[in-house]
Amino acid sequence: MTPVFHKTRLIFWSVVAIFFVMLPFGFSGGFALSMLSQMGIAIIFALSYNMLLGQTGLLSFGHAVYFGLGAFMTAHVINWVGEDRIWWPITFMPLVGGLTGMLFGLVLGFVTTRRAGTPFAMISLGIAEMVAASALMFTTFFGGEGGIATDRTAGGTMFGISYGPQIQVFYLIAGWCLVGMIGMFAVTQTPLGRMANAVRDNPERAKFVGYNPTRVRWLMMTLAGFFAGMAGALATINYEIVTAETLGLVASGNVVLMAFIGGIGHFWGPIVGAVFVTWLQSALSTYTQAWLLYFGLLFLIIILFSPGGMANLVTLHKPAWHARLMKRLLPSYALAAATGALMLTGFVAVIELLYSHGGSGDMVSLFGLRVDAGSAVTWVAAVGLFVVGIVLFRWALKYVRRAWEEITPQLQSSGVV
Amino acid sequence: MSAATTNAAEKALVSLSLKDVHKSFGRTEIINGVSLDIADGERHAVIGPNGAGKSTLFNLVSGRFPVSSGRIELRGEDITNLEPHVINRKGLSRSFQITNIFPRMTVYENVRCAVLWSLGYKYSFWHRVGGLRDAAQRTEEIVELIGMQERRERLAGVLTYAEQRALEIGVTIATGADVILLDEPTAGMSHSETDEAVELIRKVTAGKTLIMVEHDMGVVFNLADRISVLVYGEVIATGTPAQIRGNKAVQEAYLGTEQD
Ligand SMILES: Nc1ncnc2c1ncn2[C@@H]1O[C@H](COP(=O)(O)OP(=O)(O)O)[C@@H](O)[C@H]1O
Ligand SMILES: [Mg+2]
Repeated sequence: MTPVFHKTRLIFWSVVAIFFVMLPFGFSGGFALSMLSQMGIAIIFALSYNMLLGQTGLLSFGHAVYFGLGAFMTAHVINWVGEDRIWWPITFMPLVGGLTGMLFGLVLGFVTTRRAGTPFAMISLGIAEMVAASALMFTTFFGGEGGIATDRTAGGTMFGISYGPQIQVFYLIAGWCLVGMIGMFAVTQTPLGRMANAVRDNPERAKFVGYNPTRVRWLMMTLAGFFAGMAGALATINYEIVTAETLGLVASGNVVLMAFIGGIGHFWGPIVGAVFVTWLQSALSTYTQAWLLYFGLLFLIIILFSPGGMANLVTLHKPAWHARLMKRLLPSYALAAATGALMLTGFVAVIELLYSHGGSGDMVSLFGLRVDAGSAVTWVAAVGLFVVGIVLFRWALKYVRRAWEEITPQLQSSGVV
Repeated sequence: MSAATTNAAEKALVSLSLKDVHKSFGRTEIINGVSLDIADGERHAVIGPNGAGKSTLFNLVSGRFPVSSGRIELRGEDITNLEPHVINRKGLSRSFQITNIFPRMTVYENVRCAVLWSLGYKYSFWHRVGGLRDAAQRTEEIVELIGMQERRERLAGVLTYAEQRALEIGVTIATGADVILLDEPTAGMSHSETDEAVELIRKVTAGKTLIMVEHDMGVVFNLADRISVLVYGEVIATGTPAQIRGNKAVQEAYLGTEQD
């Protein structure tokens, strides 16, 4: 049984690797490539965060500290390489960031992991504040307001790779992203990984089977620090600048959102969250000023309707899929999607009109239409669309519920639940 | 010389020893000078009315609470006020009156978590847990012993009450300890479930030292070699089931007149 398991895993990771290699062929162009690079960094960062939250039950509000410190250290090391003070290939800079993050995970984790639950969350927040404040005080290391700039081509050209072109940086990120994913997945399959789950579920009981929960948390924190720092190093290489924002509270909050939106209960959840949130942040922000509002709303909707995140939607439908009952759900889903789209269109129209200051003759572009934000007709149409959308959507939800009620007995009798 | 040897031999026969153990919460003294020696391989029942301090006594022995004064020894070694995980590693394992397992992990994983430390895997993040033959074998054995092969992939949180109680015992013995403390293992069970639980306890504690808190007198008299009666934090009697049955003080304080 074990070798088969190994083989499928190997095939799986190979497919992921090939997918990464192929990506730039599907999404060429500067914008796509830089977005893909950001996604790769975000994936490592979000996964490392979930080592704490999803796997160990530690809600940290300061995870960007490890990302940021790794990023700063990497910037300095790259600069030293540029000044010929030391020798270290750019390709392996993520190890520098990783070790930095790990070191700080070890040191700060010693303090933070003494407690779990709310105290841990508060302590992590306090430490994040402290580090963010130091970033503005210790300007030699953090560079003050301007941050630390660096030149990713400082290592010169090796085997034709200079890291000048973005495509080379993308492949560097993709490679380390794969390493990070495999590494972090592997951790979940070890005694420490399993005991992290046990400590998450019931720290007290873990003590009575011989494990010190504080030690388990501390080790997980150290490992999470490593991968966060690794992501930070890649960010330094990607942007060629690190500022205090990198380790600030906004950055720490962002990774919390990624993990929750993707789903913390599943290893793959944060990957989905990282990709989706990065896409939203760069794509949505080019279309609308109100993107943060939509983003916040999306977060709310997910927390309210699918607390397990996007990954949980898959888990939820697995039994129905295996019992071949998906086709019984789909019609109601189609109805909900159509009416939901209507509601969303109305909502977006209202928000965009609100954002347009609404002077008469103020033309706003809505879904490719030029409309007059000052005219009452536009407003009535938008609000009307929204209200009708709500009514229809709620009506459609009834069918979704009914469809689920209908298949539940069959799911139970077929034994998949 | 010979006196010392005898002394050592006697000590070796005592698994667990409590010496004038006291415990207060604030001003209230809950455990009031308990001294107790439990022999190697003995099955010892602790009985007493609700609130007598039985669970508290287990909490002291297993390191969950510090004692106020007194001394606790495991095979002659002082374990007073050590951390629970340290005590567990020395070979003492306990179950809880209120089920205390890992609800979001499967039955199999619950048991495996309890097996890992004693097999020496500690905090390893360089072993693949699925590839550990010895851990798998021990886990399978215990899952089978508690009769849960068919439930092994279920999440512990969704098991029935009786199944959770069985898993609680499974997790307790999986640590490989040879001193086992069970706190009301049959509480809340039906007659047939209780009978099954008694058989299970007999099976899994064979060759080990067992100390159990139990309310069901049928179970107590059936299973125990010796019984201690705890009332208001004091042991008012210790003896064989026959001795306890015949003890006047016990009858007045606890058993009352009704007996089975
Ligand atoms: N952590 C605690 N803090 C304060 N009082 C406690 C605590 N634990 C137990 N007690 C008290 O100690 C007494 C004995 O409780 P317990 O040991 O659970 O009794 P038993 O198991 O014999 O029914 C009870 O009066 C209970 O309220
Ligand atoms: Mg009790």
